[in-house]
Amino acid sequence: MIPPISKILFRHLVKGPHTMRNVPPPDPDGSEELARALGETVRARLGRSLSIREVDAGSCNGCELEIHAVNNPVYDLERFGIRFVASPRHADVLLVTGPVTVNMAEALRRTYEATPGPKWVVAMGDCARDGGCFAGSYAVVGGVHAVVPVDLHIPGCPPSPKQILAGLLALLDSVAAK
Amino acid sequence: MMGNITLLEFLSVGQPVAEHRPFPRFRLDSRAWRAMVGQLAVAEWSVMAMWGEPDEVHLALRDEETNDIAVVSHPCPEHRYYSLARARPSAIRLERAIHDLWGLAPLGVEDRRPWLDHGRWPRRHPLAAHSLPPAEAPFRYAFLTAEGDGLHQIPVGPVHAGVIEPAHFRFHAQGETVVRLEERLGYVHKGISGLLSGTSLDQAARIVGRVSGDATVAYSLAFARAVEAAIGCEIPPRAVWLRALMAEMERIANHVFDIGAVCNDAAFAIMLSHMGVLREKILRANDAMFGHRLCMDRVVPGGVTRDLAEEGAEAVKHLLYGFRKDFERAFQMYENTPSLSDRTLGTGIVPTSLIHRFGAGGFVGRASGRGQDARRAPGYPPYQHLDLTVPAYAEGDVNARLAVRFDEVRESLRLIGRILTEMPGGSFWVPPPHMAGEGLAVAESFRGEVVVWVRMAEDGGVERCHPHDPSWFQWPLLEAAIEGNIVADFPLCNKSFNCSYSGHDL
Repeated sequence: MIPPISKILFRHLVKGPHTMRNVPPPDPDGSEELARALGETVRARLGRSLSIREVDAGSCNGCELEIHAVNNPVYDLERFGIRFVASPRHADVLLVTGPVTVNMAEALRRTYEATPGPKWVVAMGDCARDGGCFAGSYAVVGGVHAVVPVDLHIPGCPPSPKQILAGLLALLDSVAAK
Repeated sequence: MMGNITLLEFLSVGQPVAEHRPFPRFRLDSRAWRAMVGQLAVAEWSVMAMWGEPDEVHLALRDEETNDIAVVSHPCPEHRYYSLARARPSAIRLERAIHDLWGLAPLGVEDRRPWLDHGRWPRRHPLAAHSLPPAEAPFRYAFLTAEGDGLHQIPVGPVHAGVIEPAHFRFHAQGETVVRLEERLGYVHKGISGLLSGTSLDQAARIVGRVSGDATVAYSLAFARAVEAAIGCEIPPRAVWLRALMAEMERIANHVFDIGAVCNDAAFAIMLSHMGVLREKILRANDAMFGHRLCMDRVVPGGVTRDLAEEGAEAVKHLLYGFRKDFERAFQMYENTPSLSDRTLGTGIVPTSLIHRFGAGGFVGRASGRGQDARRAPGYPPYQHLDLTVPAYAEGDVNARLAVRFDEVRESLRLIGRILTEMPGGSFWVPPPHMAGEGLAVAESFRGEVVVWVRMAEDGGVERCHPHDPSWFQWPLLEAAIEGNIVADFPLCNKSFNCSYSGHDL
């Protein structure tokens, strides 16, 4: 018997990958916000490779689902040289989701401190901007900017994979342009 | 015989509370409450949810024999009540959380450590009538110990290595073998019960839809049904079927991704890729049909916010045909890869007795022989027309939890096929009337049953609301499942449970 895994591998060899062809254009709003924040030497220091550490600072896990989606073969974030790493010590970018809860504020601050410079913080989702529908609670500090400085915001609840891609590409482009 | 008395017979000693629908609510004084706790030790009544109010503690119970559901309320002006913990260990964390939030102290329980409160909030007992000033410093959490030669601790979290939610796990291990795991949750506590007190219906619906983002349809459905029960709102039949369509799409999307992620944690990455593509197909279909990839805010009190076009139904049928073929191919791959089965078979076993003691539902319960499904009991439309089958296995290991998911995906695909052909026409929303009342509803999320209780005010706003996540009764069992397994199998076990952090922490 031919093992099923061989059949699947062969199919993909013949039929080609699932990855979508048209790359969404970088988000113009995001790049403006970024242009102010990013230094000149970044491109030289980083090349076009970017390592991201995701931090859930209180999200409902909707944003996490879409972050998983950008890593699936359809969007395949790694083809742009952007990858998710396991430790803040390996990261250039912190991708923070959720309204920052009081119980997570210190963990987020420590994660930020553990990230070597130059570093950027991307706040993802409507909650990460100002707390979203959780703003005003005793257990919520507010948006990500209330705890660590934010360089780029990706809007949406949750942002679609295209919005995430566009936001991160905007980050890369402005790193490159400077 | 004491054991044969049914839940409703027993509660008839209490004082019935009017305007609570569709299940009755009874108020018990402290004597009757103590008698009930005593009766819990012998009766087959499972705890569905437990929550507080400034001067009262509420408990939703189900009689497993008759499937009757009732809410028991116990006024405690002294801010003390007799604990359920000895009879129902599943209530321990709920009681600790109630103490943290409302300041109501359980009597007769050993574990007095705070649970959701980490000593960082601006005030203690934030939802009590009189809250206390904040703690001077964040609490040091006294983890349970394990002692012996060569034992060491591994602290993990709250920020983990993968893209997952925050929590702290404390392992006591000997070499590679886990001797004890203890969870510490509460990091993503957002104060949802507080936010839901005295708010508008729209705002409450938005918040409840974001208690746990992966089960947003189930939460919105439970909330909408609770509100509709409270105010006596009849929704159009088409809305009922559209809701079921969204709920089954959500179930498939989550199950296929879980299957992929569990296999990925066993270093079998091709399954994650394969399942990621399948999940993407479902989410894109959701987007095309209802305008949101996760169908957030699409189920609202009164119906749904968007109708399904005729072409949409045809397109989905076509899509699901190809989906089914790809899914079965993946199943063949799962079944016929011995190196993968080696990791999943016999790993992370939860004994059936524990499942029943904790009343765990969803795939965790069904993999260990507890076939409870809210779509069947208490049941809600349109499932009574759809001959639902609920899979159950006896092994209780990672493989069984995956097998339940494989079966449920097939069942949901079948249900969607029938929903699309049998859905009646007509309107899809009616404006909910403004009325006071209380309601409780249960909806089956992909993870288990979501319970939402609501008290509506006369002006059409929400006076109080409590959403309860199925993870409350699954998290403690993960501690039992990992015991005696190797540390490297923890991700595998954790993902096979896939408990919600956000839904639990509230």
